[in-house]
Amino acid sequence: MKSFVFPQFQIIRDEAKCGQCRGCERQCAFGTHTYDPVSDRLISDDNKCVGCQRCAIFCPRDAIVVRPNPSFYRPNASWSREKLEDVKKQAETGGVILTGCGNDKPFRIYWDHMVLNASQVTNPSIDPLREPMELRTFLGAKPDLMDFKVKNEEVEIATQLSPNLMVEMPIVFSAMSFGAISYNAFLSLATAASKLGTYFNTGEGGLPREMREKFGKHAIVQVASGRFGIDAEYLNCAAAVEIKVGQGAKPGIGGHLPGEKVSVSVSATRMIPVGTDAISPAPHHDIYSIEDLSMLIHAIKEATNYEKPVSVKIAAVHNFAAIAAGIVHAGADIIAIDGLRGGTGAAPKVIRDNVGIPIELAISSLDRRLRQDGIRNRCSIIAAGGIRCSADVIKAIALGADATYIGSAALIAMGCNLCQKCYTGKCNWGICTQDPRLAGRLNVDIASQRLVNLISAWSHEIQEMLGGMGINALESLRGNRDHLRGVGLYEWELDVLGIKGAGE
Amino acid sequence: MPRNRRELYNKEICACSIFGAMNRDGERFNAAGVMKAIANMHVRGNGLGGGFAAYGIYPQYRDYYAFHLMFNGKTLQSQISAKAEFEQYLNQRFDVVHDEEIPHRPQTQLRDPPLIWRYFASPKKMGEDASLSDDEYVVRTVMQTNSRAEDAYIFSSGMNMGCFKGVGYPEEIGEYFMLDQLYSAYAWTAHGRFPTNTQAWWGGAHPFSLLDTSVVHNGEISSYGTNRWYLEMYGYACTLQTDTEVIAYAADLLLRRQRIPMEIVAKILAPPIWNAIDTMNEKEKKLFTTLRMVYGPLLMNGPFAIIIGQTGRLIGLTDRIRLRPITAATRGEMFYLSSEEASIRLISPELDSVWTPSGGEPVICELNSRRV
Amino acid sequence: MGAVEINADGLQTRDLNDRLRDMMLAGKRKVIIRNVCGQRYIGTRLYSPERHRMEIDIFGTPGNDLAAFLFGHRLVVHGNAQDGVGNTMDDGEIVIEGRAGDVLGFSMRGGTIYVRDGCGYRTALHMKEYEGKKPALVIGGTAQDFLGEYMAGGTVILLDLKGQGHRANFIGSGMHGGTIYLRGSVNRSQVGDQVEISPIDEADRGILDQYVSGFIEKFPDLELIPEEVLKDGFVKLIPRSKRPYSDLYTY
Repeated sequence: MKSFVFPQFQIIRDEAKCGQCRGCERQCAFGTHTYDPVSDRLISDDNKCVGCQRCAIFCPRDAIVVRPNPSFYRPNASWSREKLEDVKKQAETGGVILTGCGNDKPFRIYWDHMVLNASQVTNPSIDPLREPMELRTFLGAKPDLMDFKVKNEEVEIATQLSPNLMVEMPIVFSAMSFGAISYNAFLSLATAASKLGTYFNTGEGGLPREMREKFGKHAIVQVASGRFGIDAEYLNCAAAVEIKVGQGAKPGIGGHLPGEKVSVSVSATRMIPVGTDAISPAPHHDIYSIEDLSMLIHAIKEATNYEKPVSVKIAAVHNFAAIAAGIVHAGADIIAIDGLRGGTGAAPKVIRDNVGIPIELAISSLDRRLRQDGIRNRCSIIAAGGIRCSADVIKAIALGADATYIGSAALIAMGCNLCQKCYTGKCNWGICTQDPRLAGRLNVDIASQRLVNLISAWSHEIQEMLGGMGINALESLRGNRDHLRGVGLYEWELDVLGIKGAGE
Repeated sequence: MPRNRRELYNKEICACSIFGAMNRDGERFNAAGVMKAIANMHVRGNGLGGGFAAYGIYPQYRDYYAFHLMFNGKTLQSQISAKAEFEQYLNQRFDVVHDEEIPHRPQTQLRDPPLIWRYFASPKKMGEDASLSDDEYVVRTVMQTNSRAEDAYIFSSGMNMGCFKGVGYPEEIGEYFMLDQLYSAYAWTAHGRFPTNTQAWWGGAHPFSLLDTSVVHNGEISSYGTNRWYLEMYGYACTLQTDTEVIAYAADLLLRRQRIPMEIVAKILAPPIWNAIDTMNEKEKKLFTTLRMVYGPLLMNGPFAIIIGQTGRLIGLTDRIRLRPITAATRGEMFYLSSEEASIRLISPELDSVWTPSGGEPVICELNSRRV
Repeated sequence: MGAVEINADGLQTRDLNDRLRDMMLAGKRKVIIRNVCGQRYIGTRLYSPERHRMEIDIFGTPGNDLAAFLFGHRLVVHGNAQDGVGNTMDDGEIVIEGRAGDVLGFSMRGGTIYVRDGCGYRTALHMKEYEGKKPALVIGGTAQDFLGEYMAGGTVILLDLKGQGHRANFIGSGMHGGTIYLRGSVNRSQVGDQVEISPIDEADRGILDQYVSGFIEKFPDLELIPEEVLKDGFVKLIPRSKRPYSDLYTY
């Protein structure tokens, strides 16, 4: 059947600049560029281009421009080009449209409607370059009150404390499984986390055995519905265990790693045969009600001898605050909430773009609900889903989160351009692929350095902003909505966020 | 934040433990065993709700409706004035032969207990109401009271039965109302709750009841909005902010008002899937297709395990794909239902039969005398 | 070496498991627990890098998630078990002299479970195998709906010794690995589309022989004779493809 869909991208090659080095041909795993020896020219097939910009960036003469295809249909506010072409694709194949990365639709971005405070005159700013400016924080359950025993001027803590994770800055690498991303990308995240003093999340793909000794103590390991790669050693070598109930990109549905991405090493880590689909079913089939989740949380605590915090990751959806409150009652030490813009390696596009709520509203409503119930201290909140810069991190903390998970930002640091084709396994940047030729392009030393650079830069910016607000320790910002004002928001949005309008 | 002009409500998520016990010969027993059994499933709840339903506990008033009332005001004064206001209303509509505070153990410390009172009454139907049946008259009274008065809540309205519930672990509620000392029933149901709203209120605990139908429920009804939308047309006010109430009202509508046998009612609440219906014989296919067509809005979606109590019988039912556990067991004339087998074994170590019913298949236990 | 006894009467889950762990660390190899009534995760707290191995006899009714994440120990239950037995079990052996509840062997990845009577819903859900580790589940009775849902590896054998017939529906829904053997027969309508029903061959007989002998050895009171059990017809259920959903998505 001939496809009635335009190519998404158009490749424009400046023939005067092109030196026929065939670099673009080598770089593109989709086979977009081919060399024609007869005419001594590179020929590009627009239909194969996914817009990842690898060829354009690596062309030594900047001879290639890749841009969205300018052909358009008659302008129609309801039938956008995307909606129109999706109908055609489904008519051609009868399949569910798959995509990668996070929600790209123009839902309101609340981060861009909140502004921060700065101190002047009445409360001095603090100079972060010369004065202490502390970003360290602890993730886990804290007791309601502490008991101390004082004996001969020596103070002893009498309360038994729950295990907590110490992070040097409120930024943690989000769950991206080995299988969805390449070994090198996964190792880069682990290396960067250990250098920075933060953590990385293994996602549901398990933690390869050779990485456990060095990186286990910086790993948050996941127990997802597919239970891949889980044995008692896996649970016990980690710093924390996270039960993945849902994620922002695809709330309510399961995950699917296509068999072509289950290579020898992926299969070894997940403990399934090579080439099988790795299916994570939609629910955990032993969790059909909140008391079942409580049972699994305690089973994991038992299996790890109560030495590690247990986190539960949920997608932010409509009634989630009540559910999250229930999860805290069920014994979770950390709640990770993933909002509408959370990324993924593969999800049906219709679910990624239509299910879930924005994380900004979610953080605020969860923080408020837990405080109303008097249980806010029994867990830490990690917010995820579209955190793009240090200002987003700070605003998340001010709304009530303890820390943030970053996924897309980390991948972009390593080279990703959000072309949304992760599920094909042909990532030209070597990030979301198991093809050794492609994965080998990602140099672990360089990629981990880039991650360290990003987080360090953000940390400095956070310190500057904190200092500007007259705060020198992160815990003084948590839930401190006084330092936020809204601009261009409706009344109900200000209500949900719990902030005043600018000028009020 | 919820605005009246929009269909907003705060739904509570409910997860928990359930238990039921019945003596088929109608011999009555106190709640001690049932309290032990539900306490054994302590970890399934979080102390924010517990309750019991008991059948056969008021033999000396067996022909009167036993109303159990909660007066929830913040101060004793406001509770007393709510009571006075309710009694004025009640006396207009009913002849009350006896009323008293429901006895409780003062030593048992529970959070913000309301004033709890019971009335034994018979209907005094006047004017247009004279054409109504007694049961219908009582239902309207209950709906009117519960939807209007904020501080007065009728939480039990059957004959020769009663519900006892509140905020606390179920064993604490049992102790508070002295269920192991003061009452003998031929059937008990019990419930331990794990709600997610810490400002739990006494009326939010299970069982939910209307007339002699009581429901204890483990799970969450994801079709609540639809079920409620349908039931409201038939005069049921769904004001209790808990999904369980739709099960109680659906049971009342189908079993009492429309007199549909329980086996069919189970097939309305938990119908077979279309693939299965399409392979049935003509007669069955027509029946089940019609049921789904007409009563589709009463399909209970989402995980659930419920025990419905009525005069003379207990019914256990789970959703169509059995997402919540239920174990049934018998020992001589005793019949048990429980979220976990261990709780049954605790009070009856030897059992004649133990099984887990299939999803959507009701387990019905009736008094031997009823069947004859 | 004699066995140590624990009286579980009145013990909460955590206390009971604390004691079991202490016994393991103290080098005890055999433990008997009496008066068990609903305590959960028995056998879960027994991970040790030194790989201690214990044999635990349980009298009473253990609670949910018995032997979740089990790390190679052997448990015998003298009575019925509840839901979640062998949840994500890594290795070891469980013998149940009675019935088991729902989600038996959920995500099981190694070891063997023998159940004398029947079991509930969602048995062997997402059971998986990898290289040397191939878990097995041998059940003397039958199972309820969703047997082998999402199964990715391992072996499940249902013997239906009482001849009640297999009445489960949605068998093998989403199955993409492993094998289910049913003694007796099953209708096509009871089984998922991606599952193939076929007769057994010599290799299958060998596997059945091995596991049935194991089963008979665990339950001597049933007085079964291997040849009697094995002579009746068995059917084999296997997935048609490793990739049952390969046509579901479009790119």
